[in-house]
Amino acid sequence: MTEMVFGTVPIRAGEPVLPRWWRTIDKWALASVLMLFCIGILLGLAASVPLAEKNGLPPFYYVQRQMFFGGVALAAMVLVSMLSPVQVRRLGVLGFAVAFVALMLLPIFGTDFGKGAVRWFSFGFASVQPSEFLKPGFVIMVAWFMAASQEVAGPPGKVYSFVVMLMVVALLALQPDFGQASLVLFSWAVMYFVAGAPLLLMSVLPVLAVVGGFAAYNGSEHFARRIDGFLSTDIDPRTQIGYATNAIQEGGFFGVGVGEGTVKWSLPDAHTDFIIAVAAEEYGLILVLVIIALYAVVVVRSLIRLMRERDPFTRLAGTGLACAFGVQALINMGVAVRLLPAKGMTLPFVSYGGSSVIASGVALGMLLALTRSRPQGQISDILARRGR
Amino acid sequence: MIRTPLRPLARILSARERGENPDAIERENIRLRGEAARDRTRLRAEGRLLVMGVLFLMAFVTVGARMGVLAAVDPQEPQLAESGPAILTQRADILDRSGRVLATNLVTHSLYAQPQMMVDPARVAQELIEIFPDLDGKRLSADLTGKRKFLWIKKKISPEQMQAVHDIGDPGLLFGPREMRLYPNGHLAAHILGGARFDKEGVSSAEVVGVAGVEKAFDTWLRDPANDGAPLTLSIDLTVQAAVEEVLAGGMKLMNAKGATAILMEVGTGEIVAMASLPDFDPNDRPAPLTKGDASDSPLFNRAVQGVYELGSTFKIFAVAQALELGLVNPATMIATQSPMIYGKFRIRDFHNYGAQLSVTDIIVKSSNIGTARIAQMIGADRQRAFLGTLGFLEPTPVELVEAPTGRPLIPAKWSEISAMTIGYGHGLSASPLHLASAYATVANGGRKVAPTLLHGQPHAPGAQVINPDVAAEALKMMRLVVTRGTASFGEVQGYQVAGKTGTADKTKPTGGYYKDKVIATFAAVFPVNAPKYVMVLTLDEPVETSGSEPRRTAGWTAVPVGAEVIRRTAPLLGLRPEMEAAEDMGLTLVRN
Repeated sequence: MTEMVFGTVPIRAGEPVLPRWWRTIDKWALASVLMLFCIGILLGLAASVPLAEKNGLPPFYYVQRQMFFGGVALAAMVLVSMLSPVQVRRLGVLGFAVAFVALMLLPIFGTDFGKGAVRWFSFGFASVQPSEFLKPGFVIMVAWFMAASQEVAGPPGKVYSFVVMLMVVALLALQPDFGQASLVLFSWAVMYFVAGAPLLLMSVLPVLAVVGGFAAYNGSEHFARRIDGFLSTDIDPRTQIGYATNAIQEGGFFGVGVGEGTVKWSLPDAHTDFIIAVAAEEYGLILVLVIIALYAVVVVRSLIRLMRERDPFTRLAGTGLACAFGVQALINMGVAVRLLPAKGMTLPFVSYGGSSVIASGVALGMLLALTRSRPQGQISDILARRGR
Repeated sequence: MIRTPLRPLARILSARERGENPDAIERENIRLRGEAARDRTRLRAEGRLLVMGVLFLMAFVTVGARMGVLAAVDPQEPQLAESGPAILTQRADILDRSGRVLATNLVTHSLYAQPQMMVDPARVAQELIEIFPDLDGKRLSADLTGKRKFLWIKKKISPEQMQAVHDIGDPGLLFGPREMRLYPNGHLAAHILGGARFDKEGVSSAEVVGVAGVEKAFDTWLRDPANDGAPLTLSIDLTVQAAVEEVLAGGMKLMNAKGATAILMEVGTGEIVAMASLPDFDPNDRPAPLTKGDASDSPLFNRAVQGVYELGSTFKIFAVAQALELGLVNPATMIATQSPMIYGKFRIRDFHNYGAQLSVTDIIVKSSNIGTARIAQMIGADRQRAFLGTLGFLEPTPVELVEAPTGRPLIPAKWSEISAMTIGYGHGLSASPLHLASAYATVANGGRKVAPTLLHGQPHAPGAQVINPDVAAEALKMMRLVVTRGTASFGEVQGYQVAGKTGTADKTKPTGGYYKDKVIATFAAVFPVNAPKYVMVLTLDEPVETSGSEPRRTAGWTAVPVGAEVIRRTAPLLGLRPEMEAAEDMGLTLVRN
């Protein structure tokens, strides 16, 4: 009767969005990102005070800012991680288009903040670095092309992606921003590798990299100086690396104590590029290993989950995002321990940075969306009695 | 566009024969092929993703391990010395010819302050003033209580002062180790040694650099670590130098001179055994250079090397030697000496009128200006200039002192015949006493060129033969006669066979012309004459000998007695054996058995 009067109870096609999200999301990776963010705030309490003091601001001004932007970033991450792969693809391609145009407009509207490279749009209260937002969009775009090329009679997507990569790298190199350019190149190479690059070609690439490195060494004095500084056996204690090394040694295993560190006062980039040195000095090796483990969890878990993934786009896009994230963290920490030559690169989520943390949030949201567990055709395999 | 072939062709052809649409078969085929390709790529991607995962894991482990290694290493205190080019210390010692120390280093401390580390700056300033009364109290307390983070208080402090500063007990007072230059002999050889000062100063050390004399001339060598602390050995003999300075100071006082200089040089090698210039100074505490007035009045002025004077009749021997060399005269040739000699508007006079003519030997012995002028006239300006050039009178001396290039001889702009005549008796050309000593050494060295040097034991080639040995011997013989019966009769030193030549030159006025009552008196001597070993040149600036009824200024009365005393004192020190003639009346009977 009731049904006759009021109509039938609407039946939903699937389960509600949030429970399904919670069921399928990679909770370990999510927890790791949240912990990284918290550690970033904790370190910001120590590392950004000198900067605030220098600029005549309240001591925790940058911490508050970071909490605000971090909140926005986490919200964006959660929201994006609820999207389906197709929606991620649309968002990514759109984002890429916008960021690409923004990147091309940089020489006209951008500012260099007196640092010699035009990388930012300044909006008074905040500045935006389009290349940060370009990276996830680029990965999605390339994954889409490469996945399409794997279809029978599909478009030559690998060639397209190569062209797109060249354009982006050229734009970034013109700024110049060789750090971002190399990240873009690296994520393209990783996706190409997973998409089935010929092994012969992959073995030639390192040779090309070495040749390119020599060309850069001979061509750019700036570059050559950094390499020389890296290769020399003794560390000049007055360089950034010298301070960072000293900070790590001072910290030892358990650190000198909260707020007792001194490196943040001598290193101008203590709150961004060398935040790991601050962590090592104040909290010791323990916290550093925790940070490394958190990054490893995000990257390695994502890659393992992607191994099961059957959809080529999802697999490739996830690979690109995870590897870009991991390699950025690796380069940042590798520089601080002098495994790599000095290159300014932020530690995702931990370093201070307004627009970069939001971009990282979006990228991680996409990664989480792509690594969500979903049916991988096991049932149809059984039905079709196929091997796998 | 890539054309896809219809596959499998057999099924499509048979379907066509049956009149069915082959599209379904083709779609089915494409789907199957797509699935197969997807499976293939997925399997490959699975493997490659595993590789990526392992690589990333290894990379993270590597970074973590590296962090662990770094954290396990104890931090090293950054070393100040490594952060910049180290300031070199350890300046080599300077020794005399027998190894006695002329200059060495002494460990001391400098005192500096870091006011921001001070407990009680006001009290520190007050107590420092008590220890160092020469400090400016007001400025010091202003500096210590102000914003300065660093200041030097004293460059060198004694151990007692250091202890007293220690006893203030303030952590903001710090000592920087220093090596200071010490000249243990004080005034002795001051002009030769010169002096040193701190140059680049750091907290942990300071660089000592030479400011004058051999300290500056050999500065690079003395500081060169490659020498491994090898000392610099000078040709100076400290004992002889002390004797020369003592006699010279006494003589200068006795003769009321305002300045004096003496050079004692080895004939064969040109090594300077003693060289003194008065007034002098203490190189441990160099006076500041004069800011006004004549620099040559400063005690820093080295009269022997920097001072150029018209050296008067001492030059006559060169005119005579050249005339003998050229065969224009022989020692017995008679030269007209009627006084005055008139040449154009010039009149040349002798001290006394020596009559109508004199032999060449007597021109030297009696020191006749007119005779020498006539000889110079015979030689001619060009030949004279060339000859004096070979003796080194046209260039600064090559001696190893930074001051040497400033002792550039003053030569006439136009070397006319009258110039040649006056230069023949030592007027119109100014040269340093060291020039004169070198030229006399050349004559005494059998005519072989002698270059002055301050270094001992350096190998040196025998100089060029600039005067015929016979002529040189003739010149020496004449100079011996100057001492035995001529103007330098006070120069005879028993047993040492002194030969020499006096020179009394009127001083030139800075405004032009000559003073009537100011002279430069010079005695240039060679001893012993039969086998010349040493040359001694002694010059007194404005001497007056007042023991007689009227003041006497000639060298024979002033420079010669002092020079003779120098030889009398130094010859035994130099190891010369006096030649005593066995006199008949010594009361000895030689027996033979």
